Amino acid sequence: MNAGTKEPLLQPTLRFHVPEPKARPGHAPDFSNLVLPVAGAAPRPPVNASAYDTRDLAGDLIRVLNDDGEAVGPWRPDIAVDVLLRGLRHMMLTRVFDERMLLSQRQGKTSFYMQCTGEEAVAVGQASALDSADMLFPTYRQQGLLIARDWSIVDMMCQVFSNSHDRMKGRQLPVMYSSRDANFFSLSGNLGTQFSQAVGWAMASAYKRDRRIAVTWIGDGATAEGDFHYAMTSAAVYQAPVVLNVVNNQWAISSYQGIAGGEEATFATRGVGYGIPALRVDGNDFLAVHAVTRWAAERARANLGPTLIELVTYRAAPHSTSDDPSKYRPADESSCWPLGDPIERLKKHLMHIGAWTEGEHTALREEVAEQVRTAAKEAESYGTLGQGPKHDPATMFEDVFREMPWHLRQQLEELGT
Amino acid sequence: MATMNMAQALNSAMDTMLARDPDVLIFGEDVGYFGGVFRCTTGLQQKHGADRVFDTPVAEGGILAMAVGMGAYGLRPVAEIQFADYIYPAMDQLVSEAARLRYRSGGEFWAPLTVRAPCGGGIFGGQTHSQSPEALFTHVCGLKTVIPSNPYDAKGLLISAIEDDDPVIFFEPKRLYNGPFDGHHERPVQPWAKHPASDVPEGYYNVPLGKAAVIREGSAATVLAYGTMVHVALAAVEETGIDAEVIDLRTLLPLDIDTIVESVNKTGRCVIVHEATRTSGFGAELCALVQEHCFFKLEAKIERVTGWDTPYPLAFEWDYFPGPRRVAKALQRVMEP
Repeated sequence: MNAGTKEPLLQPTLRFHVPEPKARPGHAPDFSNLVLPVAGAAPRPPVNASAYDTRDLAGDLIRVLNDDGEAVGPWRPDIAVDVLLRGLRHMMLTRVFDERMLLSQRQGKTSFYMQCTGEEAVAVGQASALDSADMLFPTYRQQGLLIARDWSIVDMMCQVFSNSHDRMKGRQLPVMYSSRDANFFSLSGNLGTQFSQAVGWAMASAYKRDRRIAVTWIGDGATAEGDFHYAMTSAAVYQAPVVLNVVNNQWAISSYQGIAGGEEATFATRGVGYGIPALRVDGNDFLAVHAVTRWAAERARANLGPTLIELVTYRAAPHSTSDDPSKYRPADESSCWPLGDPIERLKKHLMHIGAWTEGEHTALREEVAEQVRTAAKEAESYGTLGQGPKHDPATMFEDVFREMPWHLRQQLEELGT
Repeated sequence: MATMNMAQALNSAMDTMLARDPDVLIFGEDVGYFGGVFRCTTGLQQKHGADRVFDTPVAEGGILAMAVGMGAYGLRPVAEIQFADYIYPAMDQLVSEAARLRYRSGGEFWAPLTVRAPCGGGIFGGQTHSQSPEALFTHVCGLKTVIPSNPYDAKGLLISAIEDDDPVIFFEPKRLYNGPFDGHHERPVQPWAKHPASDVPEGYYNVPLGKAAVIREGSAATVLAYGTMVHVALAAVEETGIDAEVIDLRTLLPLDIDTIVESVNKTGRCVIVHEATRTSGFGAELCALVQEHCFFKLEAKIERVTGWDTPYPLAFEWDYFPGPRRVAKALQRVMEP
């Protein structure tokens, strides 16, 4: 028989696989892929654990707060009540800040805004476990870091409004903050670039025998960028004192985390392959977030090298003010998110330990709302994108180089202001 | 003073800066123990330590991300990209990060990094070891671009680049590492030792960025060139007997416009020479600038002699390379009445 005419008997035709989320608009939300272990069940290895030692934790989910608001298990941090109360205040302030800026965008005071609703425990919880001198290389959804470092929200608003007090001089997309004084690196709109830069900063800190570590964040979607691989490789090779965080908020605009490879393996699992100890944590559990961050920071400070943390959370708000999630996910998906609301969960814990009351909570909400109102009034007095004072357009030629070269001076003259 | 070829002069620049400034670090693929594939970092790790001169993973994007992070910390990183042709995976870190950091942060953060990369052909490197991508970088606001043509300038310019607070792309014409090359590939290789620019001070000095050099004074025409093409242009001038002024631009951005304008206004004729491809090449920018600044003094159309708009073909390297014969023809054309 001629081999060329032989019929394939058992071999099926190939199938092209494009992953799809379990639920789209019109469907019931479905988080059955998210396995929820009971709080307190995950073991806590010593900080000198190897990557291999953490292989189970990288696929697990570290949780401290149980359904009753009780802190349980080996990851329960030794944490003062006032640190928790500060965390609660900062998370609530972040949420109200976001609400106000969203409103300002609708009113034409800025062109664009990005909320972090539902993810407040990531930035605020992690900041609570770091030293204020540690250098942060965040994404655009960790505004809570600045708030947790008590950075001026008036200053942040001025950036969002691109007004006369905007230290970025009206050059940057709203929310692309920078604060050298708060050790908060200038945000880029390019996804992932900060992740690999943070490793370079950490290497420099180690080279200079400094004590400061670098901490960086990336979204689940941007882990697909080369910068994730660059960061992981160089962090492992040079054992850099850096904490590498993947914020898995389930959605990269309209692409669910499966499009970034999150269904084949957890994002934390990747750390083990690079030889980097990795933890996967309930990102809406303030205490668990604090505990894993402290573990990772302690490792970095002790010259034990980098740690990868996957923070499992949910982007309750649209990607940005230019996005409409009702077009790609069930409308009630956010309210069905199994890990709940980080603010409500910390509140429940504080009430459980007798450190907080419903009355105090209501009063605090009023207080932060008033703080935001007052700040917004001040920031708006310095101008908004829609109206009022801005920087002189001539300043657009500054800071391209340290000193302005002749061709920019010539173009400045052409602008003719 | 010592006699140095260009690789030795570059090595001496890095050695000098490592000794002067503890914040200078040198890194890249194979630059550590081995000393680099073109030997430019030979001995530096042994002398200054593996924490100051070290190997990196084969990840150009990662190398420059590291450099940006280190620069933001306050160091002066000097990163080697093994061939200019390999720089593209790092474009995001250069174009959107290093070049924009000072601007986007309102002057709060900057990355004073130097990127060294061998460029140009003439060594049978084929399309991935012969490119001259300088115009991609001069097109990016926030980057400075430097290309030396001899050992003395190479050392002085590299020191200036390392000391500069802006990111500098430093292209090293690889055909010039061991000797001046005038494009006559059929002739024996000349060592730098016979060239006056191989007299290089052993210690610190600098050649400022943004200053061109008049390599040969002349009155009949102006040749604008940089890197290897400076030597090719000199050969063409010699062979045609045309009394042309040859200008080595040395820094493409910021460009020394005054030296160019003064010369073209004097000669009224201009030939632009580069090894890179022609369309949207740096010669197009030079041509526009000469036209804008010298229009009423021009007595002939401006000529460009460049690499062809094709990839650099291995077996046809010398058909591609804009050698002295092509430059000579262009000179003769601009001299036609």
